[in-house]
Amino acid sequence: MPESKKKLKLALYWAASCGGCEVAVLDLDEKILTVAELADIVLWPVALDFKYKDVEALADGSVDVCLFNGAIRNSEQLEIAELLRRKSKVMVAFGACACYGGIPALANQFDRESIFARVYGTTPSTVNPGRVLPQTKLPTPQGELHLPTFYNAVYKLDDVVDVDYYIPGCPPPPDLIWTAVEAIVSGKLPPKGATIAGERALCHSCLRKKEEKKVTAFRRVHEVIPDPEKCLLEQGIICSGPVTRDGCGTRCLNANMPCRGCFGPTPEALEHGASMLSAAATMAEGKDEATLAPILDGIVDPLGTFYRFTLADSLLRIRNKALVAGAEEKEGEEAAS
Amino acid sequence: MTENVTAKGGQGGGPAWEPKVVAIFCNWCSYTGADLAGISRLKYPAGLRIVRVMCSGRVSPAFVLKAFHEGADGVLVGGCHPGDCHYLEGNYKTLKRKLVFERLLEQFGIEKTRFRLEWISGGEGDKFARVANELIKEIEALGPLGSVAERLRQADGLSLRAEGGAGSA
Ligand code: SF4
Ligand code: SF4
Ligand code: FES
Repeated sequence: MPESKKKLKLALYWAASCGGCEVAVLDLDEKILTVAELADIVLWPVALDFKYKDVEALADGSVDVCLFNGAIRNSEQLEIAELLRRKSKVMVAFGACACYGGIPALANQFDRESIFARVYGTTPSTVNPGRVLPQTKLPTPQGELHLPTFYNAVYKLDDVVDVDYYIPGCPPPPDLIWTAVEAIVSGKLPPKGATIAGERALCHSCLRKKEEKKVTAFRRVHEVIPDPEKCLLEQGIICSGPVTRDGCGTRCLNANMPCRGCFGPTPEALEHGASMLSAAATMAEGKDEATLAPILDGIVDPLGTFYRFTLADSLLRIRNKALVAGAEEKEGEEAAS
Repeated sequence: MTENVTAKGGQGGGPAWEPKVVAIFCNWCSYTGADLAGISRLKYPAGLRIVRVMCSGRVSPAFVLKAFHEGADGVLVGGCHPGDCHYLEGNYKTLKRKLVFERLLEQFGIEKTRFRLEWISGGEGDKFARVANELIKEIEALGPLGSVAERLRQADGLSLRAEGGAGSA
């Protein structure tokens, strides 16, 4: 098979991300050398000095695989996603942010103006008396500079381009990355659209004791040291195991931390957040509002808890603007003036 | 979805915009109650569409979100009174979910009043009609909500690809 001798062309890109997915690739350790043997990297901004125009110069479809991490938060990221989609045979949404929006998508509770008002105005570490805000155009003596547009909402990768495979996780664990690399190299690719992870719920792999105990109080992780042998949800600590895809190796549970849901919803979950809300709330012990309300009030920040990684993949996706426009901006302005 | 309840226009000469409310009712109590309202010729708003499920406990919050996603202006969930659920505990689950879910909706900028849970027995046709009319009035005062697709379009004007993909929503 002469084809297999040909080196793969690989692109890696980061959009709205923290860099953790890049580190996850490096976490392949010595296997990264195998990757280097098998593949020519054509773009990897975090590690190698390529320019976008180098990618533009490539023939369409000439990159074998693009591992794209991060969500879409601004117009530059959209542009590069479209460029890389054109150039690549296989587009992989790499990590929770590219797959479901991830942590950056939690900002979908706010719009651009309220985010700017907060970040460039009212955060305690900000000194910005001139109230300078990011602009998309800046006149300079050398000419007008153009900067990307910061969007009102965060999008997942498949909102803007066709995605072939999904590797979830925050970040994806090395063994899954390796599974994907091997599949790509051997040409034994799963059906298009597949998520490279488990099919069942994480609870199936969790060895903690489950007794179907009812919850009389919900607690947050900083408030209690959980019993390492028992199911966390039954201890009143929100654990997204029942609705989250298996495949991470229960790494948070091993550290006595609950699952936060970075592998996204199981194929059966109707919607990640809604399903988890249901799983958690129905654990509460009681039959009337007077008993239940104080218990369930212990679930603070339902949105941030149940959609921690999947807000851009949810049914509602962004906060209803009619309400956001007034409240937070005003708050920002008052504090800033 | 069965609609054997006669929908009657409630507001003669009302506003041009008519709220769309999805009512999800359990088969054994609330649906029967709504049916009775129909038989008794009690008036309730035409914008209310009833979906029948076997038990209110079957109503995943995802059903309600789906209705809002599609552009419902309000959602009414109806179940048997506490102690009367045909499946014993279904309506307690519904109550538990509601207590968290309404806070979630507020975080999404959707007013609490757009979502309502009511216990309506098979004999409470009048309660059904009262609740339905009240809810529609409250939603009329709030105005239309619009679909999530519209909201996303307004946000950045991007033409997003069809939904699907990695997750389920
Ligand atoms: S809820 Fe969490 S702790 Fe409990 S069994 Fe599932 S994964 Fe394990
Ligand atoms: S336990 Fe949950 S949050 Fe932690 S890595 Fe696994 S899927 Fe992600
Ligand atoms: S059957 Fe009516 S609420 Fe369960």
